[in-house]
Amino acid sequence: MNRDKKIKLNMDYTLLVIVVVLLAFGLVMLYSASAYSSYLENNGDSTWYLRNQAKNTVLGLVAMFIVLLFDYHFWKRFAVLGYILSLVLVVLVMTPLGIEANGARRWIGIEGVISFQPAEFAKLAMILFLAWIISESVTKIGKLRAIATIGMFVGIIVGAVAIITSNLSTAIIIFGIAFTMLFIASPNTKVYVILAGLGVLAVFAFLQFGDGFRMQRIEVWKNPESYSQEGGYQVLQALYAIGSGGLFGKGFGQSVQKLGFIPEAQNDMIFTIICEELGLFGGIAVILMFGFLIWRLYVIAMEAEDLFGTLLVVGIMAHIAIQVILNIAVVTNTIPNTGITLPFISYGGTSVMFLLAEIGLALSVSKKK
Amino acid sequence: MLRSRMHNKKKLFFFIICVIILMIVLVVRLSYLMVYKSLYYSDKAEDVHQRERVIKAARGCILDRNGEIIASNKTVCTISVIYNQIEDSEKVIEVLSKELSMDAEEVRKKVSKVSSIEKIKSNVDKEIGDRIRAYDLAGVKVDEDYKRYYPFSTLASKVLGFTGADNQGIIGLEVWYEEYLKGDDGKILTTTDAKGVEIADVVENRVEPVAGLNLVTSLDVNIQKYCEQAAKKTLEAKEANYVSIIVMNPQNGEIYAMVNAPEFDLNNPYELNYETETEISANEKMDALNKMWRNQVINDTYEPGSTFKMITATAAIELGVVNESTGFSCPGFKIVDDRRIRCHKTTGHGAETFQEGLLNSCNPVFIETGLRLGKENLFLYMDKLGLMKKTSVDLPGEAGSIMHNIDNVKNVELATMSFGQSFQITPLQLLTATSAIINGGRLVTPHFGVMTVDEDGNIVEEFQYSETSGVIDETTSEKMKSMLEKVVSEGGGSKCQIEGYLIGGKTATSEKLPRGNGKYIASFIGFAPADNPEVIAMCIIDEPTGIYYGGTIATPVIREVFENILPYLGVDYSLEKDYTD
Repeated sequence: MNRDKKIKLNMDYTLLVIVVVLLAFGLVMLYSASAYSSYLENNGDSTWYLRNQAKNTVLGLVAMFIVLLFDYHFWKRFAVLGYILSLVLVVLVMTPLGIEANGARRWIGIEGVISFQPAEFAKLAMILFLAWIISESVTKIGKLRAIATIGMFVGIIVGAVAIITSNLSTAIIIFGIAFTMLFIASPNTKVYVILAGLGVLAVFAFLQFGDGFRMQRIEVWKNPESYSQEGGYQVLQALYAIGSGGLFGKGFGQSVQKLGFIPEAQNDMIFTIICEELGLFGGIAVILMFGFLIWRLYVIAMEAEDLFGTLLVVGIMAHIAIQVILNIAVVTNTIPNTGITLPFISYGGTSVMFLLAEIGLALSVSKKK
Repeated sequence: MLRSRMHNKKKLFFFIICVIILMIVLVVRLSYLMVYKSLYYSDKAEDVHQRERVIKAARGCILDRNGEIIASNKTVCTISVIYNQIEDSEKVIEVLSKELSMDAEEVRKKVSKVSSIEKIKSNVDKEIGDRIRAYDLAGVKVDEDYKRYYPFSTLASKVLGFTGADNQGIIGLEVWYEEYLKGDDGKILTTTDAKGVEIADVVENRVEPVAGLNLVTSLDVNIQKYCEQAAKKTLEAKEANYVSIIVMNPQNGEIYAMVNAPEFDLNNPYELNYETETEISANEKMDALNKMWRNQVINDTYEPGSTFKMITATAAIELGVVNESTGFSCPGFKIVDDRRIRCHKTTGHGAETFQEGLLNSCNPVFIETGLRLGKENLFLYMDKLGLMKKTSVDLPGEAGSIMHNIDNVKNVELATMSFGQSFQITPLQLLTATSAIINGGRLVTPHFGVMTVDEDGNIVEEFQYSETSGVIDETTSEKMKSMLEKVVSEGGGSKCQIEGYLIGGKTATSEKLPRGNGKYIASFIGFAPADNPEVIAMCIIDEPTGIYYGGTIATPVIREVFENILPYLGVDYSLEKDYTD
């Protein structure tokens, strides 16, 4: 007990404070964004989404503290198990346990009682698995064979998420996390530059020769006003919300776009409501908060006592950074539309729980012995 | 346990720099959207959020001089659809296309358009609007507003004009007084959610409409009706192209009546007032409509012919070139330079005084008078009497005169001008000039608009019109009145004699260009009482068939008008005059 107390005093409290601030801010904005649709959908109950999210946040905080109770090396032993479990869970989506919502089959559980998004778990499992496998094979990590082997493990999960749950965005995020971790762990740079170059080429090729459905997405992105029927509507409404915020916004709770113009304003598009209500300053404040959070993770990763710890935090940092950047890039129509949530703020129970578990891991790494 | 090595730290630093750069890019992008493009997007957002429903302002009425309403409004409906509220779009399309007799495809296009409110049709009869409302279709709005309505339908159609789909004036007084009549539309701005449900706690912006002002005109419905009847009768009897009548107060330029038969139905201005033999194209129809809407006495010019002799006479009398008893001789023609200009009486009038020349409307007398006047003096008096410029009547599209350049006027041109040929003016210009001759020398502005009044009848603005006095001497005016009175009592205007009234006037018969085509314009200008004119009237018959002499066909029209309106206007009998020949 005595040792535990000492350890707790040593961890990175700044990170904890930022996360708590983000969570509190997120809940307030989630209430603002969801109250109207909640009211309409739940017979006058405007707090349905808020209560749900608050409940999951509390669960997440509990998970965070449980993770904190252990030394992070404790989790090493679950790396392989976690990897296999995430694959199994993703496959379970195809079984009758799978739940379909908004036209996509991405959840498992019992409809209306409990649901769970395997892809969110897969992110955490991938971070743990890669941190373990890389730190174990660190002398070979520069070798092509080692990279190929690890790449295969990554590819299986990425492929499963992309194909089985047809969740391209999450697949991209998982790939991004893995790429970042490998890049940072590896002594050579060339391979990754080439890989990144190939990736960019692939994107271009995709844009140039992609099939109709995805091509349309590109057209919508370039010119949302002429493709409002084909999905440009959502992008356009996002731009309306952001643009009408101006410098200081319309004031908290004053968004008009959340009144059904932006579908499910509490989800992927919540950043636009923040911009509409709190203006450019609000929007920049959110980006700064995330910047600060990522900066703390960077510091923790730099000061971690071993490569496993560094890589764990790098994975977490990559996870949050990629989602924040992609989410804001999407809602500002900087890149084509794809569904990515804003960490800690967007509505989503599984997401906030695993993010908090990850923060628990990072805090655990930050403990000084 | 292996410590993180140097290359890890370097690469981690590289990664964090990439993240910072990307975040800066996003901040820049966000600033661009929220500062530079802010107005653009917030305007667009408002378009989507705010449903604007216009409350049309009631257009001001047009009244005649006695307060009779000649242009008013009736309630009609505007049918619109609100996309987000439509539940059964097929039913909506079916009902609307049936009730509004519109093409289903056209309705479908409007119904399926994503907009906060889409207008389907305006100016729908209230009955149909009520019927559509009775279907109680979700998403269909029936708003009531006003449409112009003309209770007398064809009365003074070319003067009043009509309004278009948005209640804006298209021709006539409706255009000229648009700013006074139209009023200011009001609007209701409601903020709605995506389903089109109005949001309660957002303040509804309501701008009340301001009704247009009522316009009181100088027109007199009764006089206008008399004149229209007379014109119509003549039009049919003479199978003429058109028959115009203007009745005006020569003292102040107030126009009591202006008729250009055939008139058209102001409540259906886009229907031709005659049958067409075959189907005509849209362009042909538009041309035909434009022709039908023309106000000939203002928009068209003509060669006045002998009525112009009044102007030549006025100039000659005032300058002392001739007097009533100056002697002339008419052999039936007059040779000017190398041209032989004939008199309408080819056998000649023989020896006659200037007064008799006027009674006979003798061309050689006026050629001689014109030549004695000289072109400078004739042009001077034409200018003084307003024939060189527009009358400034308060109607759109007034035509200007077509006149020789004075430098090109040689003796032949001067000779023809002296009896009203080889130049063109509008009938209203000539009527205004004649008014100046008989009212003591004041050139007035002919007009319809008298004042604007508000709904309660309070005067808002009385219109002022310019008047130039002293364009001719009062003694000249007196002489002219007496000479023109003799034209009616003893000369070519004898068909305008009315028992008990002293009437002056002048007839004209002009052959339309090109000469020798057998098309004529017969006209007459008359005024009463001749010694102190209270009313002046003009009749023009364009291309009459059969007898085409002004004195024979146009003069009786004015007599008929005078017989009706002189007692109506309270013009006193001039008892000393007694036509008993």
